[in-house]
Amino acid sequence: MNTTTDRDYRQIPGTYVFDGDHCRKGYALNMFCKSLDQETNRAAFRADPAGYLDRYRLSDDQRKAVLLRDWLVMLRLGGNIYYTFKLAIFDGLTMQHVGAAMSAKKMTVDDFRAMMIAGGRPIAGNRNVEEWSHG
Amino acid sequence: MAKFIGGVGTSHVPSIGAAIDHGKTEEPYWKPLFDGVKPARDWIEEAKPDVVIVIYNDHASRFGLDVTPTFAIGVADHFEPHDEGYGPRPVPACQGDPELAWHLTESLVLKDEFDVAIVGEMSVDHGLTVPLSLMFGQPDQWPCRVIPICVNVIQYPQPTALRCFKLGQALRRAIDSYGPDIKVAVLGTGGMSHQLQGERAGLINASYDNQWLDGMVNDPQSLTKIGHTELLREAGSEGLEIIMWLIMRGAMNESVRQVHRFYHVPASNTAYGLLVLEDA
Repeated sequence: MNTTTDRDYRQIPGTYVFDGDHCRKGYALNMFCKSLDQETNRAAFRADPAGYLDRYRLSDDQRKAVLLRDWLVMLRLGGNIYYTFKLAIFDGLTMQHVGAAMSAKKMTVDDFRAMMIAGGRPIAGNRNVEEWSHG
Repeated sequence: MAKFIGGVGTSHVPSIGAAIDHGKTEEPYWKPLFDGVKPARDWIEEAKPDVVIVIYNDHASRFGLDVTPTFAIGVADHFEPHDEGYGPRPVPACQGDPELAWHLTESLVLKDEFDVAIVGEMSVDHGLTVPLSLMFGQPDQWPCRVIPICVNVIQYPQPTALRCFKLGQALRRAIDSYGPDIKVAVLGTGGMSHQLQGERAGLINASYDNQWLDGMVNDPQSLTKIGHTELLREAGSEGLEIIMWLIMRGAMNESVRQVHRFYHVPASNTAYGLLVLEDA
């Protein structure tokens, strides 16, 4: 692909930048999630999750990740957090539940909340993938 | 003639809206934040704008992946809150100002070559309604008319920081050339540092945020030179939305007076920042 950027943002660890490649990969997954901003669609998905998902052209892996609520795998398969979060809202989860589930070292939601109250995940040591590979 | 009365920068974290909607503002978790916002509320109550132009981003609400306008202006006479999955927030619909919105559009497109998307029907999400709740509390009707200007900060490539600043400059020229005697304020929303996604979720960078607040007041030109990779890395993948504050700052004089500044961690997964500025 021709690029006008060297995509150096890919060196940021644990971060899935929603560029064109990511958007193309995740289009159906994200638009399924987007549909949950209408109550009629939420009711239909609640009544028949598998049947509802058939309306969208998700890959087998994306479909599996949705049904397993694997938030990190959804991101890796092209998901964008603002879209996948609509599925979390559907489940009654907060952003902190999802943040905990995606975190590098598995955290409980209480761990995650405590980390935020203590000032959040620090930037030191979290700028570049190289810092993580030596960890 | 229309008069520009000042600019406000504020984060638009959804959980702040939920805290207001569910009467939690006096709880220990939230009280420090709402105490810190009080001087901004006092300022806007005194300043009494007739119109606020709210620079915000849509979060997969009005716009999906089927169309992503880089900059979009709402020219409708009203804007309903969007159902983001919980049902719409219990806040009033915004009354628009179509006459001013069309004037801004003509000025931006014809005089400044800012080819904004023109949106005739537009629901608005927490990105716009949370700043209104922060500034005005829970009235039956918002006390002023609202013009939404929506910016793509989700889909890479987002507009550059410099482009946002220049849009603010063009917006100010448009405001200043509007005939009716009304008072106009500009709200730049979003930020500060936060990352909602991935293994790095929960990132906060207070020193970077405070440098940004300094720059907003004293040296906005330096902020316009910052590239996306730096913002994504230092402010977090969702913290990049802080570029929207530069639209507000671009609308102001080079020299400004800081009326109020406040910074608080955390609001849910986000660093909350607030600035109230007037032209010096």
